[in-house]
Amino acid sequence: MNTIEEEKALLEGLAANETNAIEKIYRENFSTIQAFIVKNNGYPEDARDIFQEAMIVLFEKAKLKSFVLSCQIRTYLYSVCRRLWLKRLQQKNQYYPAFELLDETVQVEEEIDVHEKVNNDFHLMEQALLKIGEPCKSILEAYYIEKKSMPEIAETFGYTNADNAKTQKYKCLIRLKKLFFAQYKNGE
Amino acid sequence: MDDTLLLDAVERYRNGEMSAQEITFFEELRKNNPEIDQLAAEHNFFLGELEKMSDLKAYRHNLNEVENKLTNEGIISRKEAKGKAKIIYLWNKYRRTIAVAASIAGIVSISTATIVSIYSENKKVAVITPLVDTRLNQFEHKLTQIESKLKDASSVQTKTPVKPDFEANFRATAFLVDGNGYLVTNAHVVDNARNIIVENKKGDQYFAKAIYSNKLTDLAILKISDTSFKRVIGLPYTFPKYSAELGEHIFTLGYPREEVVYGEGYLSAKSGYYGDTTSYQISISVNPGNSGGPVVNKNGEIIGIISSKEANADGVVFAIKSKNIYNAIKASGNDSIKLPSVNSLRGLERVQQIKKLEDFVYMIKGN
Repeated sequence: MNTIEEEKALLEGLAANETNAIEKIYRENFSTIQAFIVKNNGYPEDARDIFQEAMIVLFEKAKLKSFVLSCQIRTYLYSVCRRLWLKRLQQKNQYYPAFELLDETVQVEEEIDVHEKVNNDFHLMEQALLKIGEPCKSILEAYYIEKKSMPEIAETFGYTNADNAKTQKYKCLIRLKKLFFAQYKNGE
Repeated sequence: MDDTLLLDAVERYRNGEMSAQEITFFEELRKNNPEIDQLAAEHNFFLGELEKMSDLKAYRHNLNEVENKLTNEGIISRKEAKGKAKIIYLWNKYRRTIAVAASIAGIVSISTATIVSIYSENKKVAVITPLVDTRLNQFEHKLTQIESKLKDASSVQTKTPVKPDFEANFRATAFLVDGNGYLVTNAHVVDNARNIIVENKKGDQYFAKAIYSNKLTDLAILKISDTSFKRVIGLPYTFPKYSAELGEHIFTLGYPREEVVYGEGYLSAKSGYYGDTTSYQISISVNPGNSGGPVVNKNGEIIGIISSKEANADGVVFAIKSKNIYNAIKASGNDSIKLPSVNSLRGLERVQQIKKLEDFVYMIKGN
């Protein structure tokens, strides 16, 4: 079991997207979650899915400046996975599994709702990116996702200088913004 | 102000790329110009969303990397469940359906059985029936013979062929208590037997001898006498010295058929027939042939040995408390018998427990 300091360090590592922290959390928790899901009508693939999802919830939480985890990571992940899995089973209209009621869990409803919204926005953005077409998609991905510098991008995409590339980037961004908001508002 | 310029300004503001002077100017501009302010807020929100997406993508990438690494190390099981594993998962998935189907089948068969027993009721003198299957009839012999012939035909499979010239007239259950070939069963199973054969799940058969038998406790210890028997390691269960609790869920494996059969139930009383304190009363469905089977609790501890059932009541079964095994071993005077001390069934799923357990539960036949 980790001390409070270790858990804090793990969460900071997670927020900074450090592989070491992710790996440690996986090692310490995955098997429990898999056992739980397989026991409750699931396949190991489901366990991988659900665990990833829970790791994302934890990541979103860890990134918040105001964030304080009031329980152990283990308990938190278990609660989130349990909630997510229950939801999925209900969606699939399967038998409501008889969870052991004595499990230690914490309330995670709110976080999961927030997470669903984040997920939704993520998909909207992805959709919008798919729709703007080339070269806009590649330029924006190069800058915002691959974190390349403007001079690099200018060279890759054949602009005479970084400023031209930058102008192009902003034009693309405005188009992306329009597409994003068009769907975003539809979705509301 | 041009849209592009504003976007640039917002982005630099977000990233902290503005000089102090610029910041003041920009904030001032927003304050005095609601239209620009609203647009800037929109830009800001949008850039935030874009940033979130990019963070999440990077994070997902790392999640997948870690997942792959751990899959290669075998810590996470591979994506496709194949063969046996799949069957277990399907079993887990559909066991509720199966349970429902099975209970319907159960109800049907129970009611049929009741009807049969009503019509064939005869006055029984003995209240207690030992659960040795003595009905091994011609038909079953034929079956065994055909099976063994088939096995012989596909020769390579069989390690130990069915013992020749052996006509068994009873069948029951026994289980290993020591990997060197020591088994425990009921005394009433072996007391009148001249020849005893034990057979494991794979169908390997060995001659065995009773080295101890006590009518009072109804326990017997067998030793496999065949030289072809190889020491078995990794007995997964232990024998608790403490008493089991009322209502504990228990299960058993046994040989009421030529194939191993699972049954489950609960502990219903801490004493046996007429207050016999060396036994438990359990509620479980058993049949002739289950005698000598282990009664296992959820932690994989053997708490008892099935011995008999009340003939005129359903599901009233008696099991000898397993602490009697300690006494039996002491009384047998054989110091070389070592009961297993490591329990590797604890915390496993029932199906996994059974899988591990069934290699150590033997069918016992004889005449």
